[in-house]
Amino acid sequence: MNAKAGPKLAHGTFVVERRYDASPERVFRAWADPVAFRRWFVESPGATIHGWNHDFRVGGRAGGRYRFGGPDSPVGFNDTEYLDIVENGRIILSYVMGREIDGEKQRESASLATIEIVPDGSGARLIYTEQGAFFGEDGGAHIPLRQEGCTEMLENLGRELEAHA
Amino acid sequence: MVERLARGPASVSELAAPLPMTMSAVVQHLKVLEASGLVVSEKTGRVRTCRVEPLALTAAERWLNDRRQSVERGLDRLGAYLEATRSEEETSQ
Repeated sequence: MNAKAGPKLAHGTFVVERRYDASPERVFRAWADPVAFRRWFVESPGATIHGWNHDFRVGGRAGGRYRFGGPDSPVGFNDTEYLDIVENGRIILSYVMGREIDGEKQRESASLATIEIVPDGSGARLIYTEQGAFFGEDGGAHIPLRQEGCTEMLENLGRELEAHA
Repeated sequence: MVERLARGPASVSELAAPLPMTMSAVVQHLKVLEASGLVVSEKTGRVRTCRVEPLALTAAERWLNDRRQSVERGLDRLGAYLEATRSEEETSQ
Protein backbone atom coordinates (compact mmCIF):
# COMPACT_ATOMS: atom_id res chain seq x y z
CA MET A 1 0.00 0.00 0.00
CA ASN A 2 1.16 3.49 -0.80
CA ALA A 3 2.48 5.12 2.37
CA LYS A 4 1.75 8.59 1.01
CA ALA A 5 -1.89 7.74 0.57
CA GLY A 6 -2.18 6.91 4.28
CA PRO A 7 -4.10 3.98 5.67
CA LYS A 8 -6.47 2.48 3.18
CA LEU A 9 -10.15 2.30 4.04
CA ALA A 10 -11.97 -0.55 2.39
CA HIS A 11 -15.56 -1.76 2.61
CA GLY A 12 -16.89 -5.25 2.26
CA THR A 13 -20.11 -7.19 2.69
CA PHE A 14 -20.75 -10.88 2.96
CA VAL A 15 -23.69 -13.14 3.72
CA VAL A 16 -23.52 -16.60 5.29
CA GLU A 17 -26.65 -18.78 5.50
CA ARG A 18 -27.24 -21.97 7.42
CA ARG A 19 -30.25 -24.17 8.04
CA TYR A 20 -30.44 -25.88 11.41
CA ASP A 21 -32.59 -28.77 12.44
CA ALA A 22 -33.56 -26.80 15.55
CA SER A 23 -36.38 -24.40 16.34
CA PRO A 24 -35.85 -20.62 16.02
CA GLU A 25 -36.23 -20.52 19.82
CA ARG A 26 -33.26 -22.84 20.33
CA VAL A 27 -31.13 -20.98 17.78
CA PHE A 28 -31.94 -17.67 19.47
CA ARG A 29 -31.17 -19.10 22.93
CA ALA A 30 -27.75 -20.21 21.71
CA TRP A 31 -26.96 -16.50 21.13
CA ALA A 32 -28.79 -15.09 24.13
CA ASP A 33 -27.52 -17.45 26.84
CA PRO A 34 -23.96 -16.50 27.88
CA VAL A 35 -23.01 -20.08 28.79
CA ALA A 36 -24.26 -21.43 25.45
CA PHE A 37 -22.72 -18.53 23.51
CA ARG A 38 -19.35 -19.06 25.13
CA ARG A 39 -19.48 -22.76 24.36
CA TRP A 40 -19.98 -22.46 20.59
CA PHE A 41 -18.82 -18.95 19.74
CA VAL A 42 -16.14 -17.76 22.13
CA GLU A 43 -14.24 -20.99 22.72
CA SER A 44 -13.15 -21.52 19.16
CA PRO A 45 -10.41 -24.10 18.53
CA GLY A 46 -6.92 -22.71 19.07
CA ALA A 47 -8.06 -19.60 20.92
CA THR A 48 -6.95 -18.63 24.42
CA ILE A 49 -9.59 -16.40 25.98
CA HIS A 50 -8.33 -13.68 28.31
CA GLY A 51 -11.75 -12.42 29.29
CA TRP A 52 -15.19 -12.23 27.79
CA ASN A 53 -18.47 -10.60 28.70
CA HIS A 54 -21.88 -11.00 27.15
CA ASP A 55 -24.44 -8.36 28.13
CA PHE A 56 -27.14 -9.53 25.74
CA ARG A 57 -29.65 -6.68 25.63
CA VAL A 58 -30.19 -3.63 23.43
CA GLY A 59 -27.36 -1.22 24.26
CA GLY A 60 -25.47 -3.99 26.07
CA ARG A 61 -21.75 -4.42 25.54
CA ALA A 62 -20.05 -7.69 24.79
CA GLY A 63 -16.72 -8.96 23.60
CA GLY A 64 -13.35 -9.77 25.00
CA ARG A 65 -9.64 -10.35 24.53
CA TYR A 66 -8.07 -13.44 23.07
CA ARG A 67 -5.01 -14.98 21.48
CA PHE A 68 -4.99 -17.32 18.52
CA GLY A 69 -1.33 -18.31 18.83
CA GLY A 70 1.36 -18.78 21.46
CA PRO A 71 2.28 -16.29 24.19
CA ASP A 72 4.21 -14.18 21.66
CA SER A 73 1.24 -13.74 19.35
CA PRO A 74 -0.64 -10.44 19.64
CA VAL A 75 -3.71 -10.16 21.83
CA GLY A 76 -6.77 -9.48 19.75
CA PHE A 77 -9.89 -7.79 20.97
CA ASN A 78 -13.54 -7.56 19.99
CA ASP A 79 -15.81 -4.79 21.30
CA THR A 80 -19.44 -5.50 20.48
CA GLU A 81 -22.63 -3.55 21.09
CA TYR A 82 -26.12 -4.98 20.60
CA LEU A 83 -28.23 -2.51 18.62
CA ASP A 84 -31.49 -4.41 18.26
CA ILE A 85 -32.88 -7.70 19.50
CA VAL A 86 -36.19 -9.33 18.59
CA GLU A 87 -36.65 -12.55 20.54
CA ASN A 88 -36.39 -15.61 18.28
CA GLY A 89 -36.26 -13.32 15.24
CA ARG A 90 -33.24 -11.09 14.85
CA ILE A 91 -30.10 -9.72 16.43
CA ILE A 92 -28.32 -6.60 15.18
CA LEU A 93 -24.90 -5.72 16.48
CA SER A 94 -21.86 -3.66 15.72
CA TYR A 95 -18.31 -4.54 16.61
CA VAL A 96 -14.80 -3.20 16.41
CA MET A 97 -11.86 -5.57 16.17
CA GLY A 98 -8.17 -5.10 16.42
CA ARG A 99 -4.97 -5.96 18.24
CA GLU A 100 -3.25 -4.70 21.34
CA ILE A 101 0.16 -3.27 20.50
CA ASP A 102 2.30 -2.31 23.53
CA GLY A 103 -0.82 -2.33 25.68
CA GLU A 104 -2.70 0.01 23.39
CA LYS A 105 -5.71 -0.92 21.35
CA GLN A 106 -5.07 -0.69 17.64
CA ARG A 107 -8.49 -0.78 16.04
CA GLU A 108 -8.48 -2.33 12.58
CA SER A 109 -12.07 -2.78 11.51
CA ALA A 110 -15.65 -1.87 12.32
CA SER A 111 -18.65 -3.94 11.28
CA LEU A 112 -22.41 -4.01 11.36
CA ALA A 113 -23.78 -7.55 11.54
CA THR A 114 -27.37 -8.73 11.34
CA ILE A 115 -28.55 -12.19 12.31
CA GLU A 116 -32.00 -13.15 11.02
CA ILE A 117 -33.61 -16.31 12.30
CA VAL A 118 -36.59 -17.54 10.28
CA PRO A 119 -38.68 -20.70 10.71
CA ASP A 120 -38.02 -23.25 7.98
CA GLY A 121 -40.16 -26.36 8.18
CA SER A 122 -39.28 -28.14 11.42
CA GLY A 123 -36.07 -26.15 11.72
CA ALA A 124 -34.71 -22.66 11.33
CA ARG A 125 -32.72 -20.75 8.78
CA LEU A 126 -30.09 -18.29 9.93
CA ILE A 127 -28.97 -15.47 7.66
CA TYR A 128 -25.84 -13.66 8.82
CA THR A 129 -24.98 -10.46 6.94
CA GLU A 130 -21.93 -8.40 7.76
CA GLN A 131 -20.93 -5.02 6.38
CA GLY A 132 -17.47 -4.01 7.44
CA ALA A 133 -15.00 -1.20 7.04
CA PHE A 134 -11.36 -2.14 7.32
CA PHE A 135 -8.85 0.55 8.15
CA GLY A 136 -5.83 -1.32 9.51
CA GLU A 137 -2.59 -0.43 7.76
CA ASP A 138 -1.11 -3.90 7.95
CA GLY A 139 -3.77 -5.60 9.97
CA GLY A 140 -4.23 -8.46 7.57
CA ALA A 141 -0.53 -9.05 7.12
CA HIS A 142 -0.24 -11.52 9.98
CA ILE A 143 -3.24 -13.53 8.87
CA PRO A 144 -2.08 -16.49 6.85
CA LEU A 145 -4.03 -16.81 3.65
CA ARG A 146 -6.05 -19.99 3.60
CA GLN A 147 -6.58 -20.83 0.02
CA GLU A 148 -9.60 -23.03 0.55
CA GLY A 149 -12.65 -20.95 1.33
CA CYS A 150 -11.45 -17.87 -0.49
CA THR A 151 -12.66 -19.30 -3.76
CA GLU A 152 -15.80 -17.24 -3.88
CA MET A 153 -14.04 -14.03 -2.98
CA LEU A 154 -11.36 -14.68 -5.57
CA GLU A 155 -14.01 -15.42 -8.13
CA ASN A 156 -15.79 -12.16 -7.36
CA LEU A 157 -12.53 -10.32 -7.48
CA GLY A 158 -11.67 -11.93 -10.79
CA ARG A 159 -15.09 -11.08 -12.19
CA GLU A 160 -14.69 -7.52 -11.00
CA LEU A 161 -11.29 -7.24 -12.63
CA GLU A 162 -12.55 -8.79 -15.84
CA ALA A 163 -15.60 -6.52 -15.91
CA HIS A 164 -13.38 -3.47 -15.61
CA ALA A 165 -10.87 -4.62 -18.17
CA MET B 1 -11.37 -19.22 -14.10
CA VAL B 2 -10.06 -17.78 -10.85
CA GLU B 3 -12.21 -20.29 -8.99
CA ARG B 4 -10.46 -23.12 -10.82
CA LEU B 5 -7.05 -21.58 -10.11
CA ALA B 6 -7.83 -21.18 -6.43
CA ARG B 7 -7.99 -24.99 -6.27
CA GLY B 8 -4.49 -25.29 -7.72
CA PRO B 9 -2.29 -24.44 -10.71
CA ALA B 10 -3.61 -25.32 -14.16
CA SER B 11 -2.51 -25.09 -17.76
CA VAL B 12 -4.23 -22.69 -20.15
CA SER B 13 -5.96 -25.55 -21.98
CA GLU B 14 -7.18 -27.03 -18.66
CA LEU B 15 -8.64 -23.64 -17.79
CA ALA B 16 -10.29 -23.26 -21.17
CA ALA B 17 -11.79 -26.77 -21.38
CA PRO B 18 -14.89 -26.28 -19.17
CA LEU B 19 -15.53 -22.71 -20.32
CA PRO B 20 -17.89 -21.73 -23.15
CA MET B 21 -15.24 -19.39 -24.51
CA THR B 22 -12.83 -19.39 -27.39
CA MET B 23 -9.17 -20.00 -26.60
CA SER B 24 -8.33 -16.42 -27.58
CA ALA B 25 -10.97 -15.08 -25.16
CA VAL B 26 -9.47 -17.24 -22.40
CA VAL B 27 -5.99 -15.91 -23.17
CA GLN B 28 -7.40 -12.38 -23.13
CA HIS B 29 -8.94 -12.92 -19.68
CA LEU B 30 -5.71 -14.38 -18.38
CA LYS B 31 -3.82 -11.31 -19.57
CA VAL B 32 -6.17 -9.09 -17.54
CA LEU B 33 -5.74 -11.28 -14.46
CA GLU B 34 -1.97 -11.33 -14.89
CA ALA B 35 -1.85 -7.56 -15.32
CA SER B 36 -3.73 -7.21 -12.03
CA GLY B 37 -1.10 -9.35 -10.28
CA LEU B 38 -3.75 -11.82 -9.17
CA VAL B 39 -2.54 -14.58 -11.44
CA VAL B 40 0.99 -15.50 -12.49
CA SER B 41 1.98 -17.89 -15.24
CA GLU B 42 5.11 -19.76 -16.27
CA LYS B 43 5.90 -21.41 -19.53
CA THR B 44 7.57 -24.80 -19.45
CA GLY B 45 8.14 -26.14 -22.94
CA ARG B 46 4.87 -25.63 -24.79
CA VAL B 47 2.67 -25.58 -21.68
CA ARG B 48 1.84 -22.36 -19.86
CA THR B 49 0.86 -23.04 -16.24
CA CYS B 50 -1.14 -20.46 -14.31
CA ARG B 51 -1.61 -20.07 -10.59
CA VAL B 52 -3.17 -17.60 -8.17
CA GLU B 53 -0.72 -15.23 -6.53
CA PRO B 54 -1.89 -14.93 -2.90
CA LEU B 55 0.31 -11.91 -2.22
CA ALA B 56 -1.82 -9.91 -4.65
CA LEU B 57 -4.58 -9.87 -2.06
CA THR B 58 -4.57 -6.70 -0.05
CA ALA B 59 -4.77 -6.66 3.73
CA ALA B 60 -8.41 -5.53 3.38
CA GLU B 61 -9.28 -8.45 1.13
CA ARG B 62 -7.60 -10.84 3.53
CA TRP B 63 -9.51 -9.29 6.40
CA LEU B 64 -12.85 -9.77 4.65
CA ASN B 65 -11.92 -13.31 3.70
CA ASP B 66 -10.88 -14.06 7.27
CA ARG B 67 -14.11 -12.61 8.69
CA ARG B 68 -16.25 -14.70 6.37
CA GLN B 69 -14.35 -17.87 7.21
CA SER B 70 -14.57 -17.10 10.90
CA VAL B 71 -18.35 -16.62 10.63
CA GLU B 72 -18.71 -19.82 8.61
CA ARG B 73 -16.76 -21.80 11.21
CA GLY B 74 -18.76 -20.17 14.01
CA LEU B 75 -22.11 -21.01 12.45
CA ASP B 76 -20.95 -24.59 11.85
CA ARG B 77 -20.04 -24.80 15.53
CA LEU B 78 -23.51 -23.44 16.37
CA GLY B 79 -24.96 -26.33 14.34
CA ALA B 80 -22.81 -28.82 16.24
CA TYR B 81 -23.85 -27.23 19.53
CA LEU B 82 -27.55 -27.45 18.60
CA GLU B 83 -27.07 -31.11 17.64
CA ALA B 84 -25.25 -31.89 20.88
CA THR B 85 -27.83 -30.19 23.08
CA ARG B 86 -30.91 -31.47 21.28
CA SER B 87 -31.78 -34.28 23.68
CA GLU B 88 -31.09 -32.34 26.90
CA GLU B 89 -33.24 -29.42 25.71
CA GLU B 90 -36.07 -31.65 24.56
CA THR B 91 -36.24 -33.48 27.86
CA SER B 92 -36.22 -30.20 29.83
CA GLN B 93 -39.04 -28.69 27.78
